[in-house]
Amino acid sequence: MANDTAVRVAPARFRIPSKLFPYLLSLPALLVCIGILIPFFTAVWFSLQRYRLSQPWNRGMNWGENYLNFLTDPSFWNTLQVSLVYAALTVGLELLLGLGIALLLQKRTRFNNFISIMLLLPLMTAPALAALMFKLMTNPNFGILSYFAQVLGFENMRWGSDPSTALLTVVLVDIWVYTPFIMILLLAGLRSLPTQPFEAAALDGVPRLQQFWRITLPMLLPYILTASLFRLLDSIQQFDIIYAMTQGGPGDRLMVFQVEAYLNFFQSTNVGRSAALLLILWAITFFLSNLFIKNWLRLRERARGEA
Amino acid sequence: MYEKEKDLVNAYMRGQMSRRSLLRSLSALGVTAASASVLVNAAATQALAADFDWKKHNGKSIKLLLNKHPYTDAMIANLDNFKQLTGMEVSYDIFPEDVYFDKVTAALSSGSSEYDAFMTGAYMTWTYGPAGWIVDHNEWINDTSKTNPNYNWSDMLEGVRKSCAWNGKPGGELGSADAKQWCIPWGYEQNNLAFNASMLEKAQASLPTNLDELIETAAKLQAGNDGVYGIGVRGSRSWATIHPGFLSAYANLGEHDLNVSDDGKLSAAMNTAGSKDFHAKWVKMIQESGAADWSTHTWYQVGTDLGAGKSAMIYDADILGYFMNGGDNAMAGQLAYAPFAASGNGAPTPNIWIWSLAMSKFSKDLDATWYFMQWASGPEHGLFGATKMDFVNPVRSSVWEDAGFRDRLANSYPGYVEMHDVSAPGASIKFTAQPLFFDLTTEWAATLQKMVANEVPVDEGLDQLATSVDRQLKEAGLG
Repeated sequence: MANDTAVRVAPARFRIPSKLFPYLLSLPALLVCIGILIPFFTAVWFSLQRYRLSQPWNRGMNWGENYLNFLTDPSFWNTLQVSLVYAALTVGLELLLGLGIALLLQKRTRFNNFISIMLLLPLMTAPALAALMFKLMTNPNFGILSYFAQVLGFENMRWGSDPSTALLTVVLVDIWVYTPFIMILLLAGLRSLPTQPFEAAALDGVPRLQQFWRITLPMLLPYILTASLFRLLDSIQQFDIIYAMTQGGPGDRLMVFQVEAYLNFFQSTNVGRSAALLLILWAITFFLSNLFIKNWLRLRERARGEA
Repeated sequence: MYEKEKDLVNAYMRGQMSRRSLLRSLSALGVTAASASVLVNAAATQALAADFDWKKHNGKSIKLLLNKHPYTDAMIANLDNFKQLTGMEVSYDIFPEDVYFDKVTAALSSGSSEYDAFMTGAYMTWTYGPAGWIVDHNEWINDTSKTNPNYNWSDMLEGVRKSCAWNGKPGGELGSADAKQWCIPWGYEQNNLAFNASMLEKAQASLPTNLDELIETAAKLQAGNDGVYGIGVRGSRSWATIHPGFLSAYANLGEHDLNVSDDGKLSAAMNTAGSKDFHAKWVKMIQESGAADWSTHTWYQVGTDLGAGKSAMIYDADILGYFMNGGDNAMAGQLAYAPFAASGNGAPTPNIWIWSLAMSKFSKDLDATWYFMQWASGPEHGLFGATKMDFVNPVRSSVWEDAGFRDRLANSYPGYVEMHDVSAPGASIKFTAQPLFFDLTTEWAATLQKMVANEVPVDEGLDQLATSVDRQLKEAGLG
């Protein structure tokens, strides 16, 4: 029994040296970074090559030639223009609509809460599915939107298959899917604004419109910038709605960066050009994000200073 | 199997009686048609085993990458016979066509050995072959120790077989003596006319015999049938818009996609006077009698509009007309078929799409995979698929000669056999084989869209296209 009650020696515990501990903690983030950086630098490497899978014998470094070729390639400038116009239109219109709806639903009532939840439903739809849904709704033979267009006097409206209305059609789908996203962010912002400035303005008899321009909008600006940034980054990388609807057509009317890069890789197996296109898109995205973040930080600083 | 039934089936397998006589005799013995087919198929499997060591790879497994298609369904329906014959296991992944070729490109370009064989189109092999992702199947076809004596390679329709063989030289003739057999034909599509017979009658129109008449007939059909458009052709911004009726008519008029010079250099041939004239007519036809949303039409919309009675005629893959004439389609039983030569002279020369099978170079066991390939593309499975499933169009002459198959088509698809017989001798791929196929034909489709939308005049559009094509060919070292 004495032996049984002998002092038990606790097993030696492995101790992480304190110097290594911070590195160990940051390991998951480092691994994620590696997972992003390896494909990124691989893309940079490919973009500097003449690299087409169907012509392996032709592969070689051409350094900046893929990028230089863009300067004289009208299809590239068309892609740049279409991508920017698409992003500006969708973000601008969604912002206006989202803000309008958020203002309407600002007051906390059961009805408003119910409607705000219902309005989120389009956001639950995969954009490619939404595009296919709209493709059916805009079918000239049986589409309900075609019918309404006809009732409104737009005879023979061809929606996505007509170059003059193709952009409008895909923007419409984007608005339907993503306006709720902006709406919910701005609604959260509106409901979290302090009430005192509005109460003071009301006491002073400031008209509602002036309250909106002078108080609501400036205070809501950080939320607007955040929502715009998210949507802009997503919108300039648009692929699914446009591809599912028109594959970038008619002609080159909707040939945005992602669709062009996708076709270059998967259809033409032109890895070099596809990678170069995506890196230019990355550069645009990087520039725009920085611009937004700088402005967002400036606004925050100003808000702190004023406080 | 009872002795009498066994004797009958054996007599059939020895070629002493026709399939029809066999089925009639079995029926007299009280065997149902379905059971008779099972008996015949099982006997065919036994007969196959008699001449060749099908068990050589017993116990091995292969994996296939397949597109969702009636050909795939036919293969799966018969797969147990292959497993029984060889003792091999076969697994597969099936993807819808929208994503299928992306999956193939991803699997092959990454050098993955997951799939041993896959479905492909002949055009795709112009990328896969030079990239070194697929094998030259001649190595197996010509090896008598690996290929069963009844495989009968020469039974494959010549135009189809040759269209799957290319020497890898840009502009090289398909099926030339030095060509590599990049894929094995499985089923194919000619591009001809399928039309709604009652709509044709109602509009008091007659079948067109040249391009001008086609344009007139399409307009007449549209005018004579309320809410119906005259002709369905593809229009999406894709290479697939060019290869069906468009290229079939274009080639029949003697026009070419590319010129091949004596030194093997390629240049655009789309802006000749003849080509401009053809394009102007084609554009006019779509503007006057095509679908309102033509520029988004893929094969799917072309087919379903015909089946739903929204279009009166299509100039596209013949099998679309076949499938739309059955099932739950509103126009089932009302469709008919006709061969078409745009020039009005001589026989039709349709461009073709060939669903084929190819072995991945990264397969771990090509010899075992070849056992599946030769079975799936063999005459027995071809006949099974054609007579018991919807394996149309078969690529083997012997299947087309089978009375049971011809009767089946003749009864339910009037004019289909005749259309095929007239067109088959001239049916082949009319494109110039070269690695930029998808780039150039997609741009061609985009240009066609611009012309139909009146964004650019035909002459100007084709000149711009030719300039762009020449530039791309030069950049790729082909022009």
